[in-house]
Amino acid sequence: MVDERVGAVQLLTPEGQRVSHPEYDINLSDAEFRGLYRDMVLVRRIDTEATALQRQGELGLWAPCLGQEAAQVGSARAMAPNDFAFPTFREHGVTWCRGVAPLDMLAMLRGVSNGGWDPNVHRCGPYSIVIGAQVLHGVGYAMGVQFDGAEDVAVTYFGDGAMAQGDVNEAFVFAASFSAPVVFFCQNNQWAISQPRDRQSNIQIYERAAGFGFPGVQVDGNDVLAVMAVTRVALDRARTGNGPTLIEAFTYRMGAHTTSDDPTRYRLAGELETWRLRDPIQRLQVYLSRQGIADRSYFDQIEQEGDELAERIRDDVRAMVPPTPESMFEHVYAEPHARMDEQRSEMLEYLSSFEDAAG
Amino acid sequence: MTTLNMVKAINAGLRKAMERDPKVILFGEDIGRLGGVFRVTDGLQKDFGEHRVLDAPLAESGIVGTAVGLAMRGYRPVLEIQFDGFVYPGFDQIVSQVAKFHRRMDGALAMPITIRIPYGGGIGAVEHHSESPEAYFAHTAGLRVLTPADPQAAYLTIQQAIACNDPVIYFEPKRRYWDKGEVDESQLALDLKAVADPWRARIVRSGTDVTVACYGPMVRTCLEAAQASTDVSLEVVDLQSLSPIDYETLGSSVERTSRLVVVHEAPMSGGIGAEIAARIGEKYFYALEAPVTRITGFDVPYPASRIEEYFLPDLDRVIDAAERVMRF
Ligand SMILES: Cc1ncc(C[n+]2csc(CCOP(=O)(O)OP(=O)(O)O)c2C)c(N)n1
Ligand SMILES: [Mg+2]
Repeated sequence: MVDERVGAVQLLTPEGQRVSHPEYDINLSDAEFRGLYRDMVLVRRIDTEATALQRQGELGLWAPCLGQEAAQVGSARAMAPNDFAFPTFREHGVTWCRGVAPLDMLAMLRGVSNGGWDPNVHRCGPYSIVIGAQVLHGVGYAMGVQFDGAEDVAVTYFGDGAMAQGDVNEAFVFAASFSAPVVFFCQNNQWAISQPRDRQSNIQIYERAAGFGFPGVQVDGNDVLAVMAVTRVALDRARTGNGPTLIEAFTYRMGAHTTSDDPTRYRLAGELETWRLRDPIQRLQVYLSRQGIADRSYFDQIEQEGDELAERIRDDVRAMVPPTPESMFEHVYAEPHARMDEQRSEMLEYLSSFEDAAG
Repeated sequence: MTTLNMVKAINAGLRKAMERDPKVILFGEDIGRLGGVFRVTDGLQKDFGEHRVLDAPLAESGIVGTAVGLAMRGYRPVLEIQFDGFVYPGFDQIVSQVAKFHRRMDGALAMPITIRIPYGGGIGAVEHHSESPEAYFAHTAGLRVLTPADPQAAYLTIQQAIACNDPVIYFEPKRRYWDKGEVDESQLALDLKAVADPWRARIVRSGTDVTVACYGPMVRTCLEAAQASTDVSLEVVDLQSLSPIDYETLGSSVERTSRLVVVHEAPMSGGIGAEIAARIGEKYFYALEAPVTRITGFDVPYPASRIEEYFLPDLDRVIDAAERVMRF
């Protein structure tokens, strides 16, 4: 496989070496460095736990973010509290950073809800399943911010596959046309289920931005520092009225597309091995040790925090009971609707006929 | 006779259609090497090549819109939409172009496009993976709508859909994908017209008291209900074609039983059941002993999977309805 990252912004090599870049740099406190490490480890822990829970039948499905922790955490931690994220179903690292409780991330996949959290509380939309749809939502939100004269930014997440969708391309047009304060954050994890990136785009993804009239930048998506640096610049651009940026985070989907998928049918095992050497957590760990920012006892402590978190998730997920049958009539409309009342009563009457029969 | 599940039966039907006509090409997301997320196209790219089984970019409007051009160029595209809930980005092309092109060109061009859509619930899936959007398509003039209920029907009707010069929306009941059945591959013959007419309804079980009209995933449910119903004798009619609907077969059954229950997973309002109730009411009013009754999903977005059993019509609801129309 050709390594396309020539030119991708990198501040930390796969070996954990800090390198400089002519345009991008980042300065963080030790606590912030450690925070990024903690986020990535805990997100990976949630992710592997959820994958296991699916295997045990506790979840209907799971879309793992394994390998994409740096792209997600680095970008989401660059956001200001009032910025708004528009994630897809794989962005567990983003929802984590937006303060969504791990259990709420599982609600949709357990089949007890079609959402899971209040977008306004977390300033983070729901896990979008229809490929590309949320990208337009992000642009519209950003247009609203602009009309309000506010300084918030919308960050929309999507994959390499989404680059083909009409919605995404229209989102680029609208954002450019209105110079909307939005950041397009594309995680190029090389695959859209079984389709390699070049089925969606025969030039590199970040290069597409130029044709729409805004800057595009490719960043090493497994380098949390570079991702954060690049996202900060894009956020700043948007916030100061300079319009959208497309960030292509060059990364890899280390797991299956979802727990229903069998990637051995379409990709070679060697590819995974190559990417294991570029693991996003590993390289930060090496860097933190070398710099003396964190040591073994800190890593152990985070490991233990992960164990405890995983245990809590395991216990609590079983307690996530299905909603009542009649809850399906709630929130279909925001205003009273005669049909809902009518059908709810019909359902309840029908269900109670079984109780009568039993009693 | 071979025993096949519906996935394998459709796969065999696609293979036959491709052998019969070199202009038949398959187009969809992940249908090549992966063989589709349900493996319906498994092995076809290997056997027919990448120019006949094409992995599409991830864009449904693109898939349907380019199929229009391919059809204009003399191809017979068979499209796969990965799940019911993902057809909507292509809906504009289907409704405004695919459905109307033949009429627009005064018949000078046909649109022999088949759009396969796995549909319906009952598989514990997340949102957009369990919908039954057939009414939108049946409501659109210019489109034919087919849905097979068992492997044998699937094997034949997919070939007939592809051979048809009209666009056919082909709804595959995904929760019946793995149901096995006997498939007679010999009778599928070279002459597709010699086998059962796909646009006719089929009486899949005779009965005397109540006609139950159903299609796709609900056929098995209604057959099970007929089996379990001790007091009331149910005649089960598999409509199979939702555009056109075969009112002749359905009406003659209703004339015998005098009672009709229509069953579908899709929401009730504005659904196929509403259309059937109106038509049967208009044409067979004097034959009816009870109002036409509908057992359907509710008028809500498809619910979270842990409560989908309360949304989906089941055996008990069908029997309950049959008993109600008997008491009327
Ligand atoms: C409109 C639409 N079509 C098809 C699908 C089915 N589907 C789900 S994920 C996916 C691939 C997405 O690839 P990409 O955008 O690269 O995101 P990734 O899965 O790699 O995170 C497809 C085809 C969908 N969810 N929505
Ligand atoms: Mg991808």
